[in-house]
Amino acid sequence: MTTATVDERLLRTSLWRKLLARPELGAVMGAVAVFIFFSFAADSFLRMSSLSTVLYAASTLGIMAVPVALLMIGGEFDLSAGVLVTSSALASSMISYQLTANVWVGVFVSLLVTLAIGIFNGFMLTRTKLPSFIVTLGTFLMLTGLNLGLTKAISGTVQTKSIADMEGFSSARKVFASEISLGGVNFKITILWWLALVAFATWILLRTRWGNWIFAVGGNGDAARAVGVPVTKTRIGLYMAVAFGAWISGQHLLFSFSRVQSGEGVGNELIYIVAAVIGGCLITGGYGSAIGSAFGALIFGMVSKGIVFAEWNADWYKFFLGAMLLLATLLNHWVRKRAEATK
Amino acid sequence: MRTRRTAAGIAAFAAAAVLVAGCSSSGGKDSEDKPEEGGGGKVSGPKLTIGMVTHSGKGDAFWDIVQKGAQAAADKDNVEFLYASDDQAQGQAQHVQSYIDKKVDGIIVTLAKPDAMKDVLGKAKAAGIPVITINSGGQFSKEYGALNHIGQDESVAGEAVGAELDKGSRKKALCVIHEQGNVSLEERCAGVKKAFGGDTENINVPGTDMPQTQSQIAAKLQATEGIDAIVTLNAGIAEAAIKAKGDAGSEAQVSTFDLNEAVTQQMKAKEIAFAVDQQPYLQGYLAVDGLWLYRNNLNVIGGGQQVLTGPAIVTEKDVAQLEKLTENGTR
Repeated sequence: MTTATVDERLLRTSLWRKLLARPELGAVMGAVAVFIFFSFAADSFLRMSSLSTVLYAASTLGIMAVPVALLMIGGEFDLSAGVLVTSSALASSMISYQLTANVWVGVFVSLLVTLAIGIFNGFMLTRTKLPSFIVTLGTFLMLTGLNLGLTKAISGTVQTKSIADMEGFSSARKVFASEISLGGVNFKITILWWLALVAFATWILLRTRWGNWIFAVGGNGDAARAVGVPVTKTRIGLYMAVAFGAWISGQHLLFSFSRVQSGEGVGNELIYIVAAVIGGCLITGGYGSAIGSAFGALIFGMVSKGIVFAEWNADWYKFFLGAMLLLATLLNHWVRKRAEATK
Repeated sequence: MRTRRTAAGIAAFAAAAVLVAGCSSSGGKDSEDKPEEGGGGKVSGPKLTIGMVTHSGKGDAFWDIVQKGAQAAADKDNVEFLYASDDQAQGQAQHVQSYIDKKVDGIIVTLAKPDAMKDVLGKAKAAGIPVITINSGGQFSKEYGALNHIGQDESVAGEAVGAELDKGSRKKALCVIHEQGNVSLEERCAGVKKAFGGDTENINVPGTDMPQTQSQIAAKLQATEGIDAIVTLNAGIAEAAIKAKGDAGSEAQVSTFDLNEAVTQQMKAKEIAFAVDQQPYLQGYLAVDGLWLYRNNLNVIGGGQQVLTGPAIVTEKDVAQLEKLTENGTR
């Protein structure tokens, strides 16, 4: 008599095994390693006020890294994400100022404008079937030009006028750019936005139908379509998610400085992608996590500020930044390999 | 059908938002003074075409003021003014080449990356097109065959800041470089270090990302004890430095290169101690005027020597006079 073989899907896996199989595991280990390293390398790193600075730096990247990670899991890129943040801030600021309206009007119209750009990206991608690299590179360049051209045509200079004395500014600032005092240390509200986005995105990915669609579209688009996944809608939705993140970041930029320079944001799109990749997203799509992107952003924040806290030579800053990120990613990769081997 | 209804709904929502939320009774466009129509005579003479090529990144407020000055002189001199910029040396040289091909009557160029401009300026000379250099790179101007140079000597300007810091009895300064590897920014910080009696440290920040710039400066203030002066090299970064100071609970004094509306407001609020103005408007204006004078009368402003437009130290006392001008974007 032969023993009945149990279907492998019915096998019980231990919690430990489950944790090892998570895409963010490597990034968590990388973050812990970077944290321990700078705790020793920089005297001032462990102070609460310093950690608040690090968390702020991580949060402004992290807010964008979350939707960018979702998009990458869905198999696409968005090179326009960096300047879209600036576009969103500019739209909000100029609409409020030019109409002499309550700034909340600008904030909501800016949301519509930004989402429309996201829809445009998604629509162009799904209609033309061109690689997202090309489509969003086009949007990136167009937005860079629009940011400057429109700002100059409307405001007369390359930065917007201050909206700090307008109605609604103080309440909008509370929402997008205030500080929360915890035990005598001030934390920026962007940290809350970041955590909320991570939680929401994780819920979507792991607990909803949309999450399954995102993984399916990124894993194999044609197969997903064949089994009835609304591929086009999912892709457009992902670009709208990036636009939503850009809107939050853009409003933070506007309400913390009250005016916006039109040339900002160029180059950040790559840093968002880097954060998502350090966090375990595959460049080829179909694999990754939102929590991972948060740890990716945290690693980036800790390294970029840690180098300053450690008071290393400023001329070598970029070298150290690159080297530390590479090391963190190598550790990440190694941990994941080990985890897969134990499966 | 459904999508059309959704679109209409969004439009209606936006319109409603404008109506319901209503207008702001303070600030905004309605509070602006309406500009007066400027008169001013015009010169007669043949229409000239003058092209300017700078190393500006897109959307830099400083270069906007330069352009305004150049445009004002062009309007007065019956000149068609063309402008192009590229922060990459190669692109800048290509723009100059295209102006040579266009057979313009004069070229204005910056020498932030001098080596890359050498060949193309030689071609301009061969084509008989007069060149005036502005802003940075004055020491190369004559060598490359330009009529003269109109700008600010960056190290001299840095030294002026150092001296001013000494006057305020500062002990330790932080010089914030917002574009790694930019020669003129490094020269400014080197100038500060040379003239300042106390210590000077440099820090590199990502200038195109304000929140990251802010946290970078905050981290430095938290890490290094005793920094009592922050020197920023453009007006936008000064804003981030003021915020960073607040985040780090530092009492350091902020001063900055370049002047604009925001900086005058911050000087009024005593957030910025002083600003170093290199009069960008003048650089654009004099360069166009200089080429016009050369074309029409073979005059050379400054007799071929460098014409300095800065450093002029501006403090809170000057704010009252400068406020209107910075608002108009000409100072």
